[in-house]
Amino acid sequence: MDWFGLLFGPNGWSRLLLEGLAVTVGLALATIPFGFGFGLLLAILKLSKRRVVRGLCEAYTTFFRGIPDILALFIVYFGLNALLDRIWVALQFEGHLEMNIFVAGVIALSTVVAAYSSEVWVAALKSVAEGQREAAFALGLDRRKTFVFVTWPQLIRVALPGLGNIWMVLLKDTSLVSTLGLVDLLRAAHEANKNTGRPIFFFTVAALIYFAFSILSSVVQARLEKRANRGFA
Amino acid sequence: MLQTLQDLASFVFNVDLLRQYGWRLLEGLRITALVVCTSVTIGFVLAYFVCRARMSKNVVLSSAAAFYSTFFRGTPLLCLLYLVYYGAGELRPVLSQIGIWWFFRDAYYCCIFIFSINTSAYQSEILRGALAAVPKGQIEAAASLGLSRYRIDRHIVWPQAFLLALRPLGNELVSMIKASALAAIVTLLDLFGQTRFIFARTFDFSVYLYAALIYLVIVEIIRRLWAVMERGLSRHVLASAKS
Repeated sequence: MDWFGLLFGPNGWSRLLLEGLAVTVGLALATIPFGFGFGLLLAILKLSKRRVVRGLCEAYTTFFRGIPDILALFIVYFGLNALLDRIWVALQFEGHLEMNIFVAGVIALSTVVAAYSSEVWVAALKSVAEGQREAAFALGLDRRKTFVFVTWPQLIRVALPGLGNIWMVLLKDTSLVSTLGLVDLLRAAHEANKNTGRPIFFFTVAALIYFAFSILSSVVQARLEKRANRGFA
Repeated sequence: MLQTLQDLASFVFNVDLLRQYGWRLLEGLRITALVVCTSVTIGFVLAYFVCRARMSKNVVLSSAAAFYSTFFRGTPLLCLLYLVYYGAGELRPVLSQIGIWWFFRDAYYCCIFIFSINTSAYQSEILRGALAAVPKGQIEAAASLGLSRYRIDRHIVWPQAFLLALRPLGNELVSMIKASALAAIVTLLDLFGQTRFIFARTFDFSVYLYAALIYLVIVEIIRRLWAVMERGLSRHVLASAKS
């Protein structure tokens, strides 16, 4: 019943768990720019005038929102691996190509997050009145400045709550990458369990750490929303 | 060139695979449906009580319910699933003694157990939101007409709340179907479990795409079904809006 010893003793598992936690948080943070960025791109394309473009983007979103996240992960991971392998063979290179699991995890999670976030971005983009852009152009701002100083501040205010929810989902979804073999927090807890036979303790610790990060995220989210809403009643 | 195209086509479609393993996917679909239907139903009943506790005036009860729903929504389902599935083994002597080891020994029941709890946390929030959205004046008016507490709930509050809750509950059903794929990680041969089994046998990537297609079709069916239900339940609102 020596909980302290299990974690911090000479053969304690706190080190592995902490390393796992770093991987989990790193994975989630690394996914954000790609996932949200690609999502924004998708959203802009979804509002395009060309039907084919719109249709393709909608199909992408429907596909990745309609299947289990873990299946999406497997499809991206194994699909990418198989595809790379074929290219490798086609280019007549020697040997075998192996993808780094962390990178594969970031790509796979970004694929899913992009699909989810594009819906949020679309709603946010639509909420910014067309007149705002026109007014900015009339004042002589170029496209970049219009986006950065006029559209974006109004956009992000509407998008933040939705993006915050997706971040929460992402934080939990990182645990799925452990099934591909990445030693994240959950996998670290699993390793500790296998070596000590104390699943209840280690999985509870992992669950509590995830929970703490969820709480922390919601606090940060509330702060960010407050900041984005400054200037609005 | 033609060879490459054929190669690419077989990468995406493989009819022989379906002929040989199609029944496995259907069997997996049956298990997925069973797990999801059972969990969502149990979860709904649980959610009702959690929601009641959350809205009670008793501080201990309401904060316990608040912790319950925040905790189970803030923790990865896979982690909770491991906790139950592997944790049950550790508690085996105790569980055998009180005669419920048969329940936790089985991955199927473990999944239903934790999925029910997980979905009840989400559903309780949905119910709470819906109940809170029913205007207070309605309840006061009903009370002033002399309706009993039960009659107010049954005839005034729930019909309105349920209409508001319907769409989010449908979304929750969809996300439960998607989350149920995790059952495969603890050896249950549900749709995703069978998919992984077939992939391990054949190394044929297309089986993942078939599984994705099946999930997509189910999700789409539920979306349509829900649209029909919503239209049916909100007839009176639409009628009054027109006149």
